Amino acid sequence: MSTITLVEAVTQAIAYEMTHDQNVIILGEDIAVNGGVFRATVGLLEKFGPERVLDTPLAESMIAGTAIGMASQGLKPIAEFQFMGFIYSGFDHILSHAARLRNRTRGRLSCPVVFRAPYGGGIHAPEHHSESMEALFAHIPGIRVVIPSSPAKAYGLLLAAIRNPDPVLFLEPKRIYRLVKQEVLDDGKALPLDTAFIIQPGDDVTLITWGAMIKETTEAANQLNQEGISCEIIDLATISPIDMNTILDSVEKTKRCVIIHEAPRSCGVGAEIVAQLMEYAFDILKAPVERVTGYDTIMPYAQLEKYYMPSVERIIKAVKKILVTCAC
Amino acid sequence: MKKIAAFEISYLQYLNEHSEPTQAFPAFATDEALLKFYKQMTLLRVFDYKMVNLHRIGKIGTFPSSLGQEAIFVATGLAMQKEDILCPFYRDHGVAISRGYLFSDILAYWSGDERGNNSQFAKKDFPVCIPIAGQCLHATGVAYAIKYKKENKVVVANIGDGGTSKGDFYEAMNLAGIWNLPLVFIVDNNQWAISVPVTKQTAAETLAQKGIAAGIDCIQVDGNDVIAVFEAVQNAITQSRQGGKPTVIEAISFRLADHTTVDDATRYTKEEVKKDAWKKEPIARLGYYLEEKKLWSREKEAELQEECKQAVEQAFEKYFLIKKQTPESMFDFLFETLPDSLIDQRNDLVSEFTAHSKEK
Repeated sequence: MSTITLVEAVTQAIAYEMTHDQNVIILGEDIAVNGGVFRATVGLLEKFGPERVLDTPLAESMIAGTAIGMASQGLKPIAEFQFMGFIYSGFDHILSHAARLRNRTRGRLSCPVVFRAPYGGGIHAPEHHSESMEALFAHIPGIRVVIPSSPAKAYGLLLAAIRNPDPVLFLEPKRIYRLVKQEVLDDGKALPLDTAFIIQPGDDVTLITWGAMIKETTEAANQLNQEGISCEIIDLATISPIDMNTILDSVEKTKRCVIIHEAPRSCGVGAEIVAQLMEYAFDILKAPVERVTGYDTIMPYAQLEKYYMPSVERIIKAVKKILVTCAC
Repeated sequence: MKKIAAFEISYLQYLNEHSEPTQAFPAFATDEALLKFYKQMTLLRVFDYKMVNLHRIGKIGTFPSSLGQEAIFVATGLAMQKEDILCPFYRDHGVAISRGYLFSDILAYWSGDERGNNSQFAKKDFPVCIPIAGQCLHATGVAYAIKYKKENKVVVANIGDGGTSKGDFYEAMNLAGIWNLPLVFIVDNNQWAISVPVTKQTAAETLAQKGIAAGIDCIQVDGNDVIAVFEAVQNAITQSRQGGKPTVIEAISFRLADHTTVDDATRYTKEEVKKDAWKKEPIARLGYYLEEKKLWSREKEAELQEECKQAVEQAFEKYFLIKKQTPESMFDFLFETLPDSLIDQRNDLVSEFTAHSKEK
């Protein structure tokens, strides 16, 4: 067992699956010789050769479309977009083809592609490098959106994504690529998709989050715990489809819920969770559901981004706000 | 200044618009082969007329006729081997039919039934690509998979003249060149992208030359000369199958039909332009030649027309008897296994539909 970072867990999962399945190949910009700009694919070229580790020309629509063509013939391509900010040239292919291929051929062809992209703010990157646009993809029928929040999750969920017979958008929270190290057994064991994980049990309020915001959420929960407020933290992990059963079980216990995400508030994934809580848990809730999110602004360039990101303080404030609200 | 590179585009034609040979025919163009081309093109035209009529009487949805471009579609379909893979654009049913698809596949698709994309003839072909030019990039992926698995197949991707303005077309040619993929692009230059003429798509003299920048082979052919199209497509496929370069073929034709059954081409096409184009169309061109060679006659033509009509009519009658898909089948192929979160929605639809059925 080794202690590894989230980005190393990504590499480890890809290497494991490439070792065990000849149909798994990886393509993207700078991924082969350079090992990826975040070094997520380092060593793969040496291990698996240039036929399976493909440096592509600089064209994201091409990366997406070509991966779909490969997948239709039985390969299991992992297509890397260097940053989520550049995925939009490939959006047409993800939306119009990857998500629809099985449906529009009535199962004759399928599209087991994993589209990987680092996403999210907090690393003082150039413009267009820091957005969290998972909701754009969560709106698309026919694909899954998965976001890991730790090295172990990255390993297990990425294995699951590669083995999944349908397309998966796998968004990697780059702010926590190297934030923590965890012991991750390289045993090829996948974690389940379509499943939210309770990463800390609690009684007074349910905090739902995913990706890098796990960090702030956990810190907020620790501080609140010192004040006697017990938080249950749910790592959503699969952003689409949402595992509402886990959320509803938790909210049934805590009666209160705060959703935390980096993405803009309006039409964010939090809005969908709130809507479903209204549909299924209106009579259980003791307080309105709160959202702590990015603002409905353009993601600010490096100097202002810290003011945009949901902070520990904002999360604590939201929790306290709904704890004093009583639905009598 | 010194010249560091020079390029030229060749033009291929065997039978001109006056049905006169312009050079000795290639070896494949036996009397038998020419008659096969003629019959297959006629069948396609009969099919297209029938489809347009079915739309007029509300039996099928919007349909893009291949009228006037039969040579391109038939030659392409016949030049491909069964195991080769087609990545078609939306006007490619002529290629599909010539490859062996059932009429009912085409009819189902343009009637709004996804099962039309589930052809059992060519299980690895892509379904028609409706968003323009995307098929070119699926084709690069398919071609890479073939190469990776060391299969002896070739991919054919078709695109219209308008589609050559899109980035996907350039990105696909570029990748095909770098990765030396077993891939043939066929540009069906029918002069029109709905109402926009090719002169408003590009300032380039030819569309074929767009392959030059990608470092792949390119050629322009008379797209109304079925012999020329077949020769070019077959050569390109053979070259790719033998590990040679990918090719882009520009086939010059003219869209004699409206863009689709919901378009009115009189809004943007001058009558005399269309009249002139009718003089160059592929079926009559080959027909006159065959008559001249005493290979064809009015009697044979009448017989063929009758045969084609019957084949098409029979297929249509059978198709309209096929049971429709159930409403809940919209959930059936969304994923391999329907996620739990969608089971409620599926049940909602079923109960809604059952309630409506009872009301009726």
